[in-house]
Formats: sequence, C-alpha cells, structure tokens
Amino acid sequence: MNAKLAFLLCLTFCAHPLFAQGFAGMGQAVEGFAQVDRTNKLVFPQDHGAHPAYRIEWWYLTANLRDEEGQDLGVQWTVFRNATRPADGPQEAWDDGQIWLGHAAVTWADRHVHAERYARGATGQAGADLRENQLRVWMDDWQLQSLDMAPGSDPLAEISLTARGADFAYDLTLAATGPLVLHGEAGFSIKSESAQASYYFSQPFFEVEGTISLTDGVHKVTGHAWLDREWSSQPLAADQSGWDWVSLHFDTGEKLMGFALRSTDGSRFTSATWIEADGTPTAYGNGALRMTPMELHEVAGRSVPVGWNIQLPARGLDITTTALNPDAWMAGSIPYWEGPIRATGSHRAQGYLEMTGY
Amino acid sequence: MLLDLRHLSKSFDTAEGVVRVLNDVSLTLAAGQSLALTGESGAGKSTLLHLVAGLERADAGQILINGQDLTGLDDAGLAQIRRKSIGLVFQQFNLIPALTIAENLAFQARLAGRHDPSWIAHLSRTLGLEPLLARYPEEISGGQQQRVAVGRALALKPDLILADEPTGNLDEENAQIVLALFLDLLAESGAGLLMVTHSARIAAQLGAQQHLQRGTIAP
Amino acid sequence: MRGDAIAATLAAVLGHWRRHPMQLFALIAGLALATALWSGVQALNAEARSSYARAAGLLGQDQFDRILRTDGRPMDIAVFRTLRQSGYLVSPVIEGRLGSGPNALRLLGIDPLTLPVPALPETLQDGTLNVNDFLLEGRVLMSEATLARGLPPDLTPSVESRLMAATLDPNLATGLVIGDVATIARFLGHDGATALIAAAQQPLGLPPITDWIALRDEVVLQRAETSGDLERLTDSFHLNLTAFGFLAFAVGLFITHATIGLAFEQRRATIRSLRAMGVPLRPLILLLAGELGLLALVAGGLGLALGYGLAASLLPEVSASLQGLYGADIDSTLGFDPIWAVTALAMSLGGALIAGASALWRMAQLPILQSATPNAWGRASAQLRRLQGGIGVALLGLALGVALFGQGLILGFAGLAALLLGSALILPVFLATVLRIIANQTRDAYVHWIFADMRLSLPALSLSLMALLLALSTNIGVSTMVGSFRDTFTGWLDQRLASEMYLTTATPEQAAAVTAFLEPRVAAILPFALIETRFGGLPAQLHGLIDHATYRDHWPFLEAADQAWSDMATGQGVVINEQLARRDGYRLGDLFAVTPNLTLPILGIYSDYGNPEGQAIIGLSLFQSLFPDTPILRFALRTDPNRVTELAAEITAATGLSPQSMINQTAVKDISLRVFEQTFQVTYALNALTLGVAGFAIFTSLLTLSDMRLVQIAPIWAAGQRRRILAGTEMLRILAFALFCSLFALPVGFALAHFLLAIINVEAFGWRLPMSVFPTDLLKLGAMALCAAGISAIWPAWKLARLSPHRLLGLFAHER
Repeated sequence: MNAKLAFLLCLTFCAHPLFAQGFAGMGQAVEGFAQVDRTNKLVFPQDHGAHPAYRIEWWYLTANLRDEEGQDLGVQWTVFRNATRPADGPQEAWDDGQIWLGHAAVTWADRHVHAERYARGATGQAGADLRENQLRVWMDDWQLQSLDMAPGSDPLAEISLTARGADFAYDLTLAATGPLVLHGEAGFSIKSESAQASYYFSQPFFEVEGTISLTDGVHKVTGHAWLDREWSSQPLAADQSGWDWVSLHFDTGEKLMGFALRSTDGSRFTSATWIEADGTPTAYGNGALRMTPMELHEVAGRSVPVGWNIQLPARGLDITTTALNPDAWMAGSIPYWEGPIRATGSHRAQGYLEMTGY
Repeated sequence: MLLDLRHLSKSFDTAEGVVRVLNDVSLTLAAGQSLALTGESGAGKSTLLHLVAGLERADAGQILINGQDLTGLDDAGLAQIRRKSIGLVFQQFNLIPALTIAENLAFQARLAGRHDPSWIAHLSRTLGLEPLLARYPEEISGGQQQRVAVGRALALKPDLILADEPTGNLDEENAQIVLALFLDLLAESGAGLLMVTHSARIAAQLGAQQHLQRGTIAP
Repeated sequence: MRGDAIAATLAAVLGHWRRHPMQLFALIAGLALATALWSGVQALNAEARSSYARAAGLLGQDQFDRILRTDGRPMDIAVFRTLRQSGYLVSPVIEGRLGSGPNALRLLGIDPLTLPVPALPETLQDGTLNVNDFLLEGRVLMSEATLARGLPPDLTPSVESRLMAATLDPNLATGLVIGDVATIARFLGHDGATALIAAAQQPLGLPPITDWIALRDEVVLQRAETSGDLERLTDSFHLNLTAFGFLAFAVGLFITHATIGLAFEQRRATIRSLRAMGVPLRPLILLLAGELGLLALVAGGLGLALGYGLAASLLPEVSASLQGLYGADIDSTLGFDPIWAVTALAMSLGGALIAGASALWRMAQLPILQSATPNAWGRASAQLRRLQGGIGVALLGLALGVALFGQGLILGFAGLAALLLGSALILPVFLATVLRIIANQTRDAYVHWIFADMRLSLPALSLSLMALLLALSTNIGVSTMVGSFRDTFTGWLDQRLASEMYLTTATPEQAAAVTAFLEPRVAAILPFALIETRFGGLPAQLHGLIDHATYRDHWPFLEAADQAWSDMATGQGVVINEQLARRDGYRLGDLFAVTPNLTLPILGIYSDYGNPEGQAIIGLSLFQSLFPDTPILRFALRTDPNRVTELAAEITAATGLSPQSMINQTAVKDISLRVFEQTFQVTYALNALTLGVAGFAIFTSLLTLSDMRLVQIAPIWAAGQRRRILAGTEMLRILAFALFCSLFALPVGFALAHFLLAIINVEAFGWRLPMSVFPTDLLKLGAMALCAAGISAIWPAWKLARLSPHRLLGLFAHER
C-alpha cells in the first residue's frame, strides 16, 4: 500500500487549496520519526491504536453493500493521521504535531456523495484511542468504535462506524467473521525496489448491516467491508505520478488486495496479497499482478480508466472489472476516483477501486 | 459774489491721449441769480459743474464760493462746502435708495444741521410730493424722482444749487413742469443756480446764459 | 438656431463672466468648497466603514454565525471539541492585543483546517502564503502599513522576529496580525478561544445548532451581521461627521445660490435684448442651464481634489479618535473609490441645480419687455419675507417639540436640523426688525441712513449672513459641548480616579509580594478585580471592589440609595454605570442579573464618561466567590501624591514589577484627556472650516454687490460725505452685521448645545452632560466672527475708498 502512503502525504500537504504550493520537506527524509523495521513483529491489540512516533497512518474502510431495494452501493470511511514533527516535540493546546484528515463517501450506481474534514490532534477534534481492547478512532462525530465490551476481546470483533456529510449520514455495525490479514512479511510490506516499506494489515472479513440517510430518506443496508491499517514514516519517491489500487471479495470467499504504482517513466511497480477464505495470505511481489486499463471514462474533465483487466497467473485469475458508478469522483481538496466495482471472468467478485494521479 | 471762477483748466487722460476739457474758463454768478451753461456734448459743461461742486479738482485756476477758494481745500473741506453750501441735482440717481422720499428730502439738510421741517413741508406740498412721502425712490416715477431731487437740493437752503441736466431724463411736458416748480422755489429760497443744459429753450428761462465751446466760454 | 446665431448668443451670454471674473470665481469656489467639504467627510466615513467591513468580512463575520461565551471570557477548547464531536462544523478564533502604545497590535488566530474557505484570508486562498508556513512554521500575515508604522516596543525577541518575517497582505487593516490559532495562542500566552465560527451549512440530520446553544447558559450565538459591535458603536461618530459635512455643503450652496442669482439678474438686460431680437426662450434657458452644468462639473472636479486632500489630512485624526474611543482600527491611508468621485460630482451638479433653479425659473417667466432693474433683486417682497419667517418659526417649533419630547438619534439630528434651518430663516426677519428699530431711534441723518441702508441690503446679504449664523451657532454649540465635556470629565476623573496610583501585577505570587512590600509604606491598598463579560448580549465589564472611604466619599453617583457603597461592598447589591442603565432601562432598586444565576438590586447608578460599554460593580468578596479563577491582580494605592514617582521606583527595585505596570493618577488623567482631545480634533477642524467658508460667503457677496453699492453710495457722496468715511462705514456695516449675527447665534448655539448634550449625546454615547458656558470662548468666537467679517470687507471697502470720482459721477450722467 505504498500508494496510500504517498497519497496521504500528498493529500495532506499538496492537495487542499491551502496546500497547493507543495510541501517543502517532501523530498527529504525527516529526522526524528520512528522507522519501519523488518524485524519488528506486529502486536495486537496495541497495533490497532495510533502510532504517533510514525509520520503517517490511516484507518481505511471500504464496504460493498446492498439496500432493501436490492440496489448495490459502496461506502468509504477514512481517517488519516499525519505527524508534522516527531512526537517528542512540544505538546500545546492547539498544536501537538498531529494533523488529521477524514474522507467519507456513499456511492450508488446513480449517485455519489462525499465529505472531507481536517483536524488538529491537540484539540481532540480527531484521534485514535485504544483502552482495554476498546478502539475508538474519530474525526468530529465520525467514529469507528469497538462494540464488544468484554475484557480481552478483539477490538475489531464488532465495531460501529458512523460518518456525516452535508447531504448524507451513515450508521453501520460491522462484525468480523475472519482473522486479521498481515500483508508482506507478517505485516512488513515492501513497497518498492528501493526498500521503502510500511506496516500493513487488514481486516477484510467484516459483515455489515446498518442505515444510510440521504436527503430523501433512510436506507437499510447489508454487505461486506474491508478495513486497511497502515503506518510508516518514509516519504514518497519523486518519480511516482499516481497509482491504482483494488480490493476484491470473490464469491468463493477468497479475497485479493493489489496495486500498481505508476512511474513517470511509464514503468509500474505492482504488489498483491491473495487471501484464502480462512484468511491465510499469500504475498506476491512486483510483476506477479498485471493490471491493464480497458475502459476510459470522462469524469471531472479527466479521462479515468474505470474498467480494468486484472491478471494474477499464479492463481489463474483473469477478470474484468466494471465500476458501479463511473462518476465516483472524490472532488475534495485533492481529487481522486474511489468507488465500488464488480468483476467477471475467471472469478466473480465485488470490491473497491482507487485511482489517483489522473 | 456767490461764485467766481477764474481761469479754470482741466484735462483728462483717456485712451486717445490727454484731452483738454476746460481751457481757461472764467465766469461769475451773483447771489440769487441763475445762469444756464449750454454747449454741445463734450463741451465740458458737466466737468465745470463737478469742479464747482468739489467733486473733482481743477488743474489750474481758482473757484471762489462766497469768496472762499475751493482749490486750496482738502477732501474734508470740499465735502463740508458741498454738505453745507451746495445743493446738487443730477440727471439721474439723485436719490438714496435706502431712504423714503421724506427721508431723502430731509437728508442733506439734516446732514448739514439745517433741518427746517416747515420749509420741507412747504417744498413737498409745492412739488406735489405729499402722497409719496412714505415711499421709496424705486416706487415712484422718473419725473417724481426728479422733483424729489429738486426738493432735496432746496431743502438745504444752500447758497448755490448746481444742476446737471435735471430734466434730461424727462419728457418735454414733465420737464417743463419740474423746471417751472424748480425756478419758483429757487426764487423763494434765494439760492443761486448754475445749471448745465444743452436745451436752448430751458436756458432761455434762466437769468443768464453762457455757452461753452470746446472747453472755453464762447464770446 | 443657426450655428453663427448660437455662437453670437453664446458670446453675449458668456461675455458676462469675462466682465465679472470675481463672480465666476465665487461661483466656482462656492460649489467647489461645498463639494469638497461634503465629499471629504464622505471619504472619511467610507474609509472607516470599509475598514469595518474588511474587519467583519475578513473573519466571515458577515456570513457566519459566531458562538461566544455569555460572559465574554475566553472559551475553553472543550466547548469546541464538544461541538465538533456532536457533529457541528465550528472553527475556533483567538483574538487579543499585543504590546502597548500607539502601535499595539490586534492579533487574530484562525484555524485554516476547520475555517470555512470563504472566511479564509485571501492571501491563503490564492496561495500568496503557503499554508504549511502558516500552519506549521508560525508565519503570520499583516499589512505593509503595520510593518511600516513600527512594532510596539515591548515585544519578546522571538515574537518580534516572527512578526518581522510576516507575509504582507494588503487587505488587512493597519495593526491587525493574523496567524494560525496555535501561533497566536503562543504570542498571547493563553489558549482560550474568543469565539467559534459556525459554518453556514451544517451536516445532514443534526438538530439546529441553536438547540445545542439554547441548552447551555454559558454560550450565546451571535448572528452573522454586516456590522459588528464596532459599527454600532461608531455609527454616532459617523453621523456626527455626516451632519458636519452636510452643514458645510449647505453653507457652500448659500454662496453658490447668491452668486448664481446675481449673475442671472445682471444678465437680465442681455437676455431681454436677445429675446427681443428673436432668440427663442427655450434654447436660451437650455444654454444657461448647460453653462451652469459645465461650471458645476469644473467646480465639482476641483471640489473632488480638495475633498480628497481634506479627507487625507483629517484621516489620521479620525483614526486616532476612533481608536481612542472605540478601539477601532482604521487605516490611516486613504483609498480612492470611483463611486465616491461620481457621487461628489453628482452632488456638485445637484447643488448647482438647487442653487440655480429659482434663477432659471424666474428667467423663464420673465416678460420680454419688463424693465431690467437690478434693484428689484435686492428687495425681496414683504410677502416672501413673511412666508420665510413663518416657515422659520414653524421649524423652530418643531425643534422645540423634539427637544421636549423627542428620543432617538435620527430624531435628535432632525430636531437639530430644524433648529438650524429655522434660525437661519428667521435671521433676516430678526435683523430687519432690529435695524428698523435702531434706524427709527437715530436722530443723526447719516447714522439713520447707515441702518436704513443695511436693512435695504439685507436680502442681498441674507444668504451669506445665514451661512455665518450657521457656522457661528455650530461653533458655539460644539465648543460648548466640548467644553462641558472637558469640565465634567476632569471633575469626574478627580472623583473616579481618587487613588494616587494603580498597579497591575502579572501573577498572584507577584501580587502577594507587592502588597507585602507596600503594606507599611502606603496609607491604603485597595485591591480590585475585573472581567470582560456581556450584559444583555453586549460587551460589558464586571468589577469587584472593596468598601473604603476613597470610594464611599468620591464615587460619582448620579443617584444612589443610602449606604450604597457599603451595601454593595458587602454583597447586598450592585452599582452600574449610566450607560448600562440607559441602554437597558434600569432604575435604582431594579433587579440586575450579575450572572445567569445571581440577581441583585441596583443600589446606585454612576457616571462613567468616555466608556462606550456597560459596567457593573459588586463587592470583591462576592466577585471572588463568583469567579474563583480570576485572581486579584490589580490594586489602587492611597499615598502621598508627591511620593508616587519615588514609590514606583521602590516597588520596581523591591519586587521587579515593571514600571509599565504602574500608573499614577496624573498619567491616567493625561491619557484620558488626550484620547478625548483627539476625539474632538476633527470637530474643531471642521468648525474652523465652516467659519472660514462663511467668511468667504460674506466676501463673495460683498464683491458681487460692490457695483450695486455705488448706486447707494454715490448720492451720499455727492451730498457731501467723504469717500474715506463711506469706506469706513462699509466696513462698519459688515462688522455690525457680524455682531448682530453673533448675538443671534448665541441662543441658537446654546440650543444646539442642548440638543447635542441632552439628546444626541445620550443616544450616541449613553450619558448626559450638564451644560457649562464658557464666556471667554464665546468672546473669542465673537472676535473671530468679527475678524472673518472684517477681513472679508477689507477689499471691497478699500476699493471704495480708492474709487475714482469719475466712476461715481458716471452714474449721474452719461455726459462729461
């Protein structure tokens, strides 16, 4: 998930109209932050909480749902944390060196609504808290919160998820039906030839039910969700122009995470994790996954490949994806495409696609 | 002798150069007598009158009024002679706009400290001004205005009255009436009169005539 | 008409100005002055208003509601957090002042992460300033003017270097510094938010934010408004300026009207001849109107330039006044607004039209063959005069009604206008009566003539005399007000600031050290505390004071119960200032809500001049129990007044308290009086200008009349009065007019002062002043009026004295 790492850095510091001039420190390694280390093992439940010693971190949830009328839809919920200085810096009432960003969206075939929020950590307007196995990640009144109050329980076993924008609000309950999935080498996820890496794990086995409110009324929904957790301190490579990321729930119960990072010279760095129905992951390095744009769509004045051919020959995977709503454009402070997809071919699947840099 | 002019000369600077208006003019007027000074336009009649009235100064010569030489007097002296001894009647604008006819009649007499209400009442009766006494100059006709001017000059009971075309602005009939009244009252008051006129008919009604021609008395 | 006919007509009509250049000058100067004064004042007002609008628009105050603490104190971050976690989109703002002296800065901290984008400074929106620098590096914004005028002297080096590195934003008011909320909190040394800005559209499905606020006593919602507290406070000041501007415009129009009237009258003969020769009336009138319009444009252009210059030169004083009175920051450099220029030209054109309308109308009505008598112009009909007098009396009646029963600022000014206009209208009637009486009492023929002649020239001079009357009355009224204010104010300062010295300590520890040091050295230490709060939704202060003879014997109560101070000090009641009482209609004995939970009877109402805000005082111990978090850091000291300077040095040496934290009473008085003086500087300047304009009005009237005067004077001269005496008489006439005007202006001026003190002042500032009369000031003013009139008469009189007998004689006959 190097893609999202780069995305976050850029999002926080280049994208908001305020930040359009770019981030001066972007190209340089910043002293004083904790660095990702291959020998470190992830520890739970602690690693569900925030890692303020690292520069960037996110809780990224996407859900493929169906409403009471049988219409497919997708939901996105994201909270990013970004450290502006090492965590041992001064803690002031208005500045603790942490800036938070939230994105939320709901996408039907014919409708796409989204919201964006920023916050400084010092005020408590946003944050991530893990106490006695209870996880709470929040941005304003948006919350991801453990529901299972039993001591020693898995913080992600059952969670509630809420968000609210100008024209939508949702309130979902998610129950995990499978284990956590660690990407790369037990959560140490290598992202490029130049040894950049992050800690990366997912909970792709959520069953979802809940309500979505729109200006025209309330909709009951059910479906699957996928939570990504990632943190790191390493900056983005200078030659990367954008990326395409996909998560898929196959009808067989298996799952796939994959991305392709586009370089300005036209080359791509790909990565994938195949997840068995019981949660057993297999990591595939650069080149194993092939992603080929098939269908271009005009959105917000840009040409975006909303249909893809995705091949993972090692698993006999050869599928074509189509977007539920090709206009799922996140027109926030940095614009990007993110929305639910369906796949047909060697496998049938539902999932989520994210594309930046178009 | 009431008035004795000796060798008067007067020049003016004009755009065309120095113009000699009066050239060695001499004449006399006895008390109670009247003299008409006639002449063409520009002959110097009015200038002569103004010199006698002390309104302007002569370049050369002497002006004696009751033996007093005006040429030696300063502005204040001239003003005093004018105030006390001379009544002036002009062709127009004789009257003081701010004052009523009654006040106008009495003005110079009061200024000279010689206010005689019964004499003024007589004057206004004779001149037919009684109904107009409370009016202001602009409210009465030109003929009426000139009667007031005559009355005001006489009200002072001056030794000498100087009149410059006093009926010049009036039609013939009015002019004759005003002149007749003037001469009657003049005789009553005993004042001498020097009148400038270009009308031979008017001049003929006065006691004597002198003719001015290009600044000199015609023989 | 054919072209050469038009040219010939033009030459005939316009030739007038070549023969009367002084009239042309008076016409243009009158209009230009009128335009200049009016537009100058408008420019000042516009500049100040745009500063307020910028201040309001900058924070989005004109678009977004704000949430404030009910008591006006800084808000804990928890309020912000709670609101955000309830889903409401609000953004914190921190405000404060930094440094001391005239260059003190107003700090404004914003949160670009939550602030609605339209409320962001443009510099941040357009990327002139990188937001990372703003947010992370502590970069601040200020205008070049702020940097150019210099920073306050008492800044720490780190703050100073941050300020020196500021990004320049031309849109910011002078003295304003904008930074990230964290940066400004660091500068100010406290974290509490001044207000929360609420986004216009809140997320879906939340109850209205007003519901949330309604449940909580400690916060209130301030609706988005184009004008803040500031504009409300400063409104009266601007109304004052506008009234002066309008008065000046009226005075200028008097000049113009007189000149246009004369010029048209003198051209009657020409017009008559032209019409007799077959020039149609309509083009002739159009031609005259066009000529007037052209002159108005020329004069308007001149007036514009003059007005701009006037405004630019007065602006620093206006800014100082507004800063001193209300703490409003106004840029001291004047901008140029095309709308303003167009308005000024329109005023000039409109003014010329008003001034020329009657002349044009009369010209249009004129029968071809009516004789052209210039004198007719000079003598207004008795009927017209009666009508004018009647209207004047009616207006004075109206003014009296307002004075007796009127309330409200606008009505106050309306009454004031009725007073001035009514007085101006009856002035000619008054003068005519006086002159007739005097003339009738006089035995001397010459003196009698003088007064009769004055009466005759009254209609021609009356407009300029009205201008003089207006200028004089305004002068008397305003100087009486200022004098009364100063008198009352200094007396009040003596009472109110009875203590010899005041100190402010920084911490309770320092307070303890200082009091311990002072205990054996001074007669009394009087501790007091205060907090900024809001009563009735408007900013106010609540003080906590103790019982002491200093207060008991000196506190300037307007009305008070027995033992008011002692009972208040023991917590049995509250005393409030006059402003608060008038604003919210409190009377002695009413119950007053000191906090939402505590209501006390009002034991006294005291005068509190110069304070635009409400104020209430309770006993110090009650204060401490209500606001335990507010430490007692301020002290008044009773000691030998001659030892104050010494004592201050000793305190500094012994306790380290900085000299800036100690104020001796004389210094406080000086500061207060200086603020006050500056406030009225503008008034003084405008006063002097209107008097000057009135003098000029007389001058132009006399000049334009001087030819007509000859007709009056020549017969007198011919009857034996010397020119020198006549010239002296001319002078005396004008001085007599000025004297009569001054006498008439006295009651008018006092009535004006009454309006200002008892009606307008109460409405605008919230306090009423007793009126004091200053005979020396009045004598000085009278002398000034006589001087202005005398100076204006010197040139015409001198001309008369030097007049050649020829000119006079020329009147009597056309023949030499």
